[in-house]
Amino acid sequence: MAVRSYGVAIRDGFEHLMTEHREVFTIGQGLWSPWYVGSTMTDLEKQFGKARVIDTPVSELATTGAALGAALCGYRPIVIHPRVDFMLLAVDQIVTQAAKWRYMFGGDVNVPLTVRAIINRGGEQGAQHSQSLHAWFAHIPGLRVVMPATARDARDLLIASALCDDPVLYIDDRWLYGVEEEIGSPVELDLRLEGPRLVREGAELTLVGAGHSAWLCTEAARSLAENGVSCDVIDVRVLNPFDARLIVDSVRRTGRLLAVDGDWTTCGFAGEVIASVVEALPPGALRASPRRLTLPEAPAPTSAPLERSYYTNVADVVTAARQLVGVPGDSWE
Amino acid sequence: MVARTSPRYDAADTDLGALADPARFHESLTLPLEDRGWLTGALRTMMLARACEERIGDMVTSGKIRCPCHLAIGQEAAAVGVARPLRASDRVFGAHRSHAHYIALGGSVRKLMAEVLGRDTGASRGMGGSMHLIDREHGLHGTVPIVGATIPIAVGAALAAKMDGRGDVAVSFFGDGATEEGGFHESMNLAAALKVPVLFVAENNMFSSHLHISLRQPHASVARYAVAHDVPAWRVDGNDVVAVAAAACEAVARMRVEPGPAFIEAVTYRWRGHVGARDDEDVGVSRGGDLPAWRQRDPVRRLFEALVAVGDADTGLLGRLEAELKAEVEAAWAQAQGDPFPAPDALLARVYGGAR
Repeated sequence: MAVRSYGVAIRDGFEHLMTEHREVFTIGQGLWSPWYVGSTMTDLEKQFGKARVIDTPVSELATTGAALGAALCGYRPIVIHPRVDFMLLAVDQIVTQAAKWRYMFGGDVNVPLTVRAIINRGGEQGAQHSQSLHAWFAHIPGLRVVMPATARDARDLLIASALCDDPVLYIDDRWLYGVEEEIGSPVELDLRLEGPRLVREGAELTLVGAGHSAWLCTEAARSLAENGVSCDVIDVRVLNPFDARLIVDSVRRTGRLLAVDGDWTTCGFAGEVIASVVEALPPGALRASPRRLTLPEAPAPTSAPLERSYYTNVADVVTAARQLVGVPGDSWE
Repeated sequence: MVARTSPRYDAADTDLGALADPARFHESLTLPLEDRGWLTGALRTMMLARACEERIGDMVTSGKIRCPCHLAIGQEAAAVGVARPLRASDRVFGAHRSHAHYIALGGSVRKLMAEVLGRDTGASRGMGGSMHLIDREHGLHGTVPIVGATIPIAVGAALAAKMDGRGDVAVSFFGDGATEEGGFHESMNLAAALKVPVLFVAENNMFSSHLHISLRQPHASVARYAVAHDVPAWRVDGNDVVAVAAAACEAVARMRVEPGPAFIEAVTYRWRGHVGARDDEDVGVSRGGDLPAWRQRDPVRRLFEALVAVGDADTGLLGRLEAELKAEVEAAWAQAQGDPFPAPDALLARVYGGAR
């Protein structure tokens, strides 16, 4: 066991994959730069060579398509998009090519492509450097979507994504890079068997989130417990194919649901969580109307005060949870 | 290999000149002195592709085929010529108009017919139709109708081939319309930067759907883009299977030894509309009167007459082949019509690999 940050754990995942699996390589913009991808790929090109850690021209579409082409020919490429916003130039290759390739060619063609996208928000970066958009991609049959919230998942779900025979969109979040955890050796999970995980047990409320939102839920639950409110916390981990059964079972016990999502409300993932639960439970199973906590319906602002109010923080989750369980505010410390 | 050096493209020549003149190049082909044994087979393969597409066209007209079919009748020489230097371990990608590519690489007629009929025995197990063909056994790794989409994918297949180090190459077939997509230019640059063995094959039939290239681009020759990306290029009469094969052989032979991209512009013309079987109308727009003249640049007849002239074929060969291939296609069609559709569980079972 060793203490690992989320960012370094991602690098551990790359190191494991490239050491153990000759067919893994990685390609994308900024891979030879010390700052494009934070601590997550430091010196990989020195360790494994520039033929397997490929920095590219400014061509998101062609780079993603090329990774797909290599995936169809015996390799397990991981294509890197240092910001989700720029990845949108490659959406055809991800959504209309990779996700549908197996199906439209009869079901037997493996497409072991991993697209790694990084959410890189805050710091007054504004509207075009801050998007997540995971719900867009989780909408697509054939595209597995993974969002790790912990150092262990950051490493092991990256490994599982690369070893999966389907295309996977793996989305990590720079706001989590410093979060530390004590973890053991890398594990090669079968991504097909992975799904939401109950990370904390409680009785009065179910908190659900993915990626950074799962971290917010965990932190909020700790604070809530200190004030006598016990919560189930579910880290979604795998957004597509989405298996809501664990969440449904939890809400059946707690009767209350708060879905936290670092993206917009309309047609978003929080709405999907709530719909899946409401659809599965009988009328009257809920003790309060479910609630979602999401971004305001605006692009990310740059100005610091606006930015501060834009993003959800732990206190926001605590407040929403308190309102859901009906604990009066003045009894709070 | 064809022992003939084909003319390289000259960067200053941005228009097609005589190649775009339908009154030109009606004469029989000039055959190489050596290594022309394959040309009788090439004639047969072009005629097989045409026989398949004529049958498919008839069945589109009759309503027995419902999926969108884009016919390459008149363009067969580009597919067959490029296939000349290829081997099964190469990786070929196509687009919406790819029946001829599939046949040129050795694809099964029965599986083609089953695919356009949506049967489980089809090339893509009935999940793709005419626009999604695959035949990995013969090196065809996929054809898709999103214009230009397979161009970067072919670049990645070439990157994989370079990593494998066995001299395999990738080939990307596309039309002139695809050269208007940004991904085409990204892909040419990426291939040049990474020095990967991919052969870009632009079949310039001068039409994208209903719109002539003069209404879409300032110059008609798309080989000029190769010059901009520092990719060696050949521009050939795309209805001359000998010229196409010569360019392909030269390009591929070099790529196998020294990885890097190459480009062929094959100037041709489609005899039918953009989609479907009609030749008199194209997506609601009547085409000009050029078609009768273009039919005189028939890649099949020009090769056949050349083979007769040098004594490699007798005058009855064309008729015998037509009858033989028509019967072969009819038999495949009849068998495919009796084939099963995908089972109901295919709707969901083919989305992901293995169990969810």
